[in-house]
Amino acid sequence: MANSVVKSGPLGRVVVWGLFAVLLIVLPLLFRSSLALTMLSQMGYLVIICLSYNILLGQGGMLSFGHAVYTGMGAFIAVHAMNQATKGAIWLPVSLVPLVGGVAGMFFAALFGYVTTKKSGTTFAMITLGIGELVAAMSLMFPAFFGGEGGVTTNRTYGAPFLGLTFGPQIQVYCLIAAYCFVSTALMYAFTGTPLGRMLNAVRDNPERVEFIGYNTQWVRYLGFIIAGFFAGIGGALAAINFEIVGAADSLSSVRSGGYLLFTFLGGATFFFGPIIGAVLLVLASVLLSEITKAWLLYLGLVFLLMVMYAPGGIASLIMMNLRVAKSGKLARLLGWYALLAVTGALTFFGIAALIEMIYHMQLNEALGPVLSFLGIELNVKSAASWAGTVVVALIGLGLFELTRKRFALRWGEVQGEIEAAIRAREAA
Amino acid sequence: MTTQAYAVELKALRKSFGKTEIIRGADLAVAAGERVAIIGPNGAGKSTLFNLISGRFSPTSGEILLNGQRIHGLKPYEISRMGLARSFQITNIFGRLSVFENLRCGVLWALGYKYAFWKFLAGLDDANQRADELLHMIKLDRKRDTLAMNLTYAEQRALEIGITIAGGANVVLLDEPTAGMSKSETSRFIELIREVTVGKTLLTVEHDMGVVFGLADKIAVLVYGEVIAFDVPEAVRANPRVQEAYLGSVLADAQAAEAGH
Repeated sequence: MANSVVKSGPLGRVVVWGLFAVLLIVLPLLFRSSLALTMLSQMGYLVIICLSYNILLGQGGMLSFGHAVYTGMGAFIAVHAMNQATKGAIWLPVSLVPLVGGVAGMFFAALFGYVTTKKSGTTFAMITLGIGELVAAMSLMFPAFFGGEGGVTTNRTYGAPFLGLTFGPQIQVYCLIAAYCFVSTALMYAFTGTPLGRMLNAVRDNPERVEFIGYNTQWVRYLGFIIAGFFAGIGGALAAINFEIVGAADSLSSVRSGGYLLFTFLGGATFFFGPIIGAVLLVLASVLLSEITKAWLLYLGLVFLLMVMYAPGGIASLIMMNLRVAKSGKLARLLGWYALLAVTGALTFFGIAALIEMIYHMQLNEALGPVLSFLGIELNVKSAASWAGTVVVALIGLGLFELTRKRFALRWGEVQGEIEAAIRAREAA
Repeated sequence: MTTQAYAVELKALRKSFGKTEIIRGADLAVAAGERVAIIGPNGAGKSTLFNLISGRFSPTSGEILLNGQRIHGLKPYEISRMGLARSFQITNIFGRLSVFENLRCGVLWALGYKYAFWKFLAGLDDANQRADELLHMIKLDRKRDTLAMNLTYAEQRALEIGITIAGGANVVLLDEPTAGMSKSETSRFIELIREVTVGKTLLTVEHDMGVVFGLADKIAVLVYGEVIAFDVPEAVRANPRVQEAYLGSVLADAQAAEAGH
């Protein structure tokens, strides 16, 4: 499935990768604020991390709850390597630090992966969870290495400038991240087209059968795990360069692992480019959404819930399904429905979000008085009218949305049926 | 090896699950190039026998030899690398890969690509060519890029055979290859199996007596975990022990089926 993303021949491939490179270069020129640059930098390394996670989840069918172990260990080793280089104990330009992180991630993946990849499915998931907790607990026992509560700090501007880059200004750090992001993404895409990459898919689909065509499934999973660990380590090291600090409570936590899982899934694990969308969303959610509302984690949870229920292939699969409809020239029939879904969905969201915000306001901001502003509307947590109004809006929205969704599902089914029939007719011809 | 080795040889093979002994001292010696059908009543241990030979289970005691080499206790992938392939009673394919990808997965190890992650599949001409040949052999050319899970049942069965023979194994075990197929599909399918296993040693578990007599040079009768007869079809049919142990009606059916051919 992953290989169906760019099936448009060598020209299409050049266009897609060219666009990706241009985007990496143009984005910081379009969004010039320091906040935007910070966010773009974070997106850059999170793309690498989410893609590396998807080698496990999407390609290998391995639900890991401990990916932060490998990004985190990559980050810690990178920070210590930078500090050693600052002291002059080792020679290491900043531009190569991500590779040190990658090797560290790979090493720990080789170490822990030997145990975790012995099993697949639920057992695998449980072992990764266990190892994640183990490493997080260890980090508290070795404050000299992990820096205890405060973490380990570093300074990325050591050493002689590399091609005029001191890595002091954020834009230079962005350039480093963008370069690694592009190369890592290209390498991970290339990996999907290799014998090991394909056998990883086969192990995901049917491990038992793989054993009977000559492959040791455990070895296939193990090698895939190590490769994922390498790229995770690169991502972790880039994060360390970006922030100049790494703390165990944050970098190695299971919450962090959960975040990678959540957003990789949200972006779409069944397509190669899905996790890229996920990484972008992760930054938008944690930086922008958290600015807008205190209840951002709750909204995130709701979105995740809805995605799992209605679009388990993530955003990438939504895009690909609609592209398929568009290719068959039937998208026009659905556009009206999309508009209706958007309107009723917005109404529902408006009602429910107003309720959530009022409850949050009551709990957290009582001191500021009973009035809050929600999307330009004054709501009063002490007024029955405000409560009744939002509840009514939410219920009406929900009802209309459900009605629309059911009809839309029928239309969608019809269109899909026609496309399938057309494909079958073509095959039979 | 100086003496001529059998392709597959079972010596006093036993397998117990807990206190229940399923295979009770089975002996069988299949010469290279022979086509053998294993028949027997339900619960006789036919599938267990296949699972023992292919390494899915390891035997409680006894020996299994593949081309003269002991293979009992080895892992399925080790046995597969020694040239033994098997299919499954319940279709066992890679659902989310295309038909072509399924077949290519089947040829990779045999062509020596193993766990390579520094080569592109697209550039492996021998693997791609072999996969396309297989696609043609199992007559699924038109379904090349269809996901395996979207195939019809009969097509999936054909793909199952395709994956099984993909690695070029010289000993092929087919576990009820025609199970669940209609009469017309079955006869076409036997043709297919015959074509793709030319020159190979074939062991098949089969319930359909039409298939057995259409495909096999020799028949092994397994009853309660023992091989009570192993001979050419006519001799097996005439064997009084077989007639006694095995349902006469089934043999009558088989004769009728053969007369109909």
